[in-house]
Amino acid sequence: MTKNGVGREIPSYIEGIGQIKPYESPFSVIPEGNKAGAKLKRPLPHKNKLIDSIEEAVIKTGLKDGMTISFHHHFRNGDYIVNMVMDVIAKLGIKDIRIAPSSLGTCHGPLVEHIKNGVITRIESSGIREPLGTAISEGILPNPVILRSHGGRARAIESGEVKIDVAFLGVPACDDYGNANGFSGRSACGSLGYAMVDAKYADQVVLITDNLVTYPCLPASINQTQVDYVVKVDEVGDPKGIVSGAVRNTSNPKDLLIAENAVKAIMASGYFKDGFSYQTGAAGSSLAVTGFLREKMIDQNIKGSFGLGGITSQLVQLLDEGLMEGLFDTQCFDLVAAESLGKNPKHFEVDAGFYANAHNSGCLVNNLDILMLGALEIDTDFNVNVISKSDGYISQAVGGHQDTAAGAKLAVILAPLVRSRNPIIVDKVTTVCTPGETIDVVVTDYGIAVNPLRKDLIENFNKAGLKTYTINELKDIAEKLTGKPDKIEFDDKIVGIVEYRDGSVIDVIRKVK
Amino acid sequence: MVKLRRTMMYVTGNNPANIMEAHLYGSDSIMFDLEDSVSLKEKDSARFLVYNALKTMDYGNVETVVRINGLDTQFGRDDLEAMVRAQPDIIRLPKTETKQDIIDVDNMIGEIEKQIGLEVGSTKIMAAVESPLGVMNAYEIATASKRLVAIAIGAEDFVTNMKTTRSPEGIELLAARSNLLMAARAAGIYALDTVYTNIKDDDGFMDEVKLIKQLGFDGKSVIHPRQIGMVHKIYTPTEKEIRNAVRVVGAIKEAESKGSGVIALDGKMIDGPVVDRAYRVLELAKASGVYKEEEQND
Repeated sequence: MTKNGVGREIPSYIEGIGQIKPYESPFSVIPEGNKAGAKLKRPLPHKNKLIDSIEEAVIKTGLKDGMTISFHHHFRNGDYIVNMVMDVIAKLGIKDIRIAPSSLGTCHGPLVEHIKNGVITRIESSGIREPLGTAISEGILPNPVILRSHGGRARAIESGEVKIDVAFLGVPACDDYGNANGFSGRSACGSLGYAMVDAKYADQVVLITDNLVTYPCLPASINQTQVDYVVKVDEVGDPKGIVSGAVRNTSNPKDLLIAENAVKAIMASGYFKDGFSYQTGAAGSSLAVTGFLREKMIDQNIKGSFGLGGITSQLVQLLDEGLMEGLFDTQCFDLVAAESLGKNPKHFEVDAGFYANAHNSGCLVNNLDILMLGALEIDTDFNVNVISKSDGYISQAVGGHQDTAAGAKLAVILAPLVRSRNPIIVDKVTTVCTPGETIDVVVTDYGIAVNPLRKDLIENFNKAGLKTYTINELKDIAEKLTGKPDKIEFDDKIVGIVEYRDGSVIDVIRKVK
Repeated sequence: MVKLRRTMMYVTGNNPANIMEAHLYGSDSIMFDLEDSVSLKEKDSARFLVYNALKTMDYGNVETVVRINGLDTQFGRDDLEAMVRAQPDIIRLPKTETKQDIIDVDNMIGEIEKQIGLEVGSTKIMAAVESPLGVMNAYEIATASKRLVAIAIGAEDFVTNMKTTRSPEGIELLAARSNLLMAARAAGIYALDTVYTNIKDDDGFMDEVKLIKQLGFDGKSVIHPRQIGMVHKIYTPTEKEIRNAVRVVGAIKEAESKGSGVIALDGKMIDGPVVDRAYRVLELAKASGVYKEEEQND
């Protein structure tokens, strides 16, 4: 056991994972070597890539026991692909599969059965939700899961650390030779940013679509040079679960209050000026921040540089109104964003490596100024947990949290001080996902705390007359309301590791007793 | 410093989450309701909850008010017993119609204060007037007790009694509002306006706030956090008003330092009402965060 850079006890070797490199600090890992690549091939001219079924695709790829397959999560909770493919693999009697999706949602509960039957023995993902997360926290999987950020996953694939044998990628529009995009068809999801990494680096790529279009499908986010087989199915997902029409602005008073506090912090920070860049999520208070910022941009005649990340209709509005120069999009959060991606060249689709891989020549998070993030828990060292619930069970996703926090000049956490009777600011978070060193400000409904490492920000906030608390003061207010929760009891068995974006281990997750 | 009562936000007395967080939204006062918004079955739990909240929560600078049930109901007496002990900043009486209503409450509170060893008279009250009779008796009500710090108009019952309904222009309330205001001003206490129930109609709400501000009300009862900012914005003095008020106050200070009894600004004499208005503008400006004392000399 060694203590890593955020004070967590990390074993030097973990059964099922191997030797462990403990996290030190945000930029301490200097990578070596070159990028990996997909297998070389020789398709004969006019080869037919269109095949009849997923089963035929699995057989033709030669998938066998012990291999690694991947999926994307652009269909979010409407996804049918993961379950369909895994059912076929199970039916064919293939076992010991490692799945490496970009993330998993609540719709992926059927994977629990495939774990029990030995079909899946390893999972590497950004997020794992109930009921799969609960089952894993109870120790169902023979090997610990590896949780990576979006940038961390792209890094692991591009460096060859994760070698994908077959990527099964659902696409909303595709031709019979493997050119595909995400913004047309009944299952439109917009950007295919996460899938684009798999398409580039997997040895074999199978596209699965419910919308086969006439060749050529243009513009193509994934192209024919990357794709081996195309399968037409009736439905790749449930459109209702894929994206909503437009993510709606919140009317929840608490979300609005947190957003108003966040805007005060942004205004006082010194980063709100011409050419600023901005990323936010799709949660209520983050969206509200975008709305309030828009008003400030108009009032103060400020024009931003770019919006990044998961793109929503609110960011599209900034682009359309000329308040932002461009949008970089790895994932669309609503149909307005998906449509915009399809028609506006300034709304630019990027893959997850471009977005957030720490080990290329410069990803987009490196250019980020202002960032809004969520949190399940924050500790008094500003470390953030976004993966395990207050009961210790795996239930959420690392997402781009680590990546964007590391890159942004102003990384702001938005969270209510108390959530369902639990204090959100605690002595030690259940699982460290994002190191406190990369978090600058915590904004709650009760007040704002600034990371003491950011003396410049504290000075700016003071100058602006913005009242702040220490993180300990906020914790005390929370505990006064809720009391101090009992510690969760964990078993010694490690059921998961959380990698930092550079591949080191920032924390481990143990079995819940 | 003059106490601001621009906004008094209603908080249902049996909703723990709202009771815990109501003070975060920036209203000048929060009013925990034990009366109309609490069902008959929940009266005791609401009383218990509000009592404990007042005993344990730190509401900071936000004024706490509890609206009790009327003493003519089976809950009023118990509410009063609990709330005098819980000591919110103000106890609000609903549906006040005569000075005797106030005197009865005053006496009852006095007894409770004696029982628990509180100085008699320390508990403050406000009265809501919600009927034509109450409006006709407004001045007597406003002067019936030294405990009384404010009167408020409740419009819904009033307009029903008047055989009419509320209109966007509020003409049906003009006489009542005016009478209540005059009573409050004559008695030297605060006057608060009624709620605006359509929380989605921002324009209608703001029109009404502008109207009641112009009439002279100190503030308005609000039923949703989003209404708070709108009231405060309307009650925030303009830059011109602030500049003028600063100059008036400056002229007073200058006159005082010179020992001069006559105060003049730009060749015009400044009299008492002008001075009072200037101080009120600055109080509102300070509370709204648009003016700081040190800027006075700029």
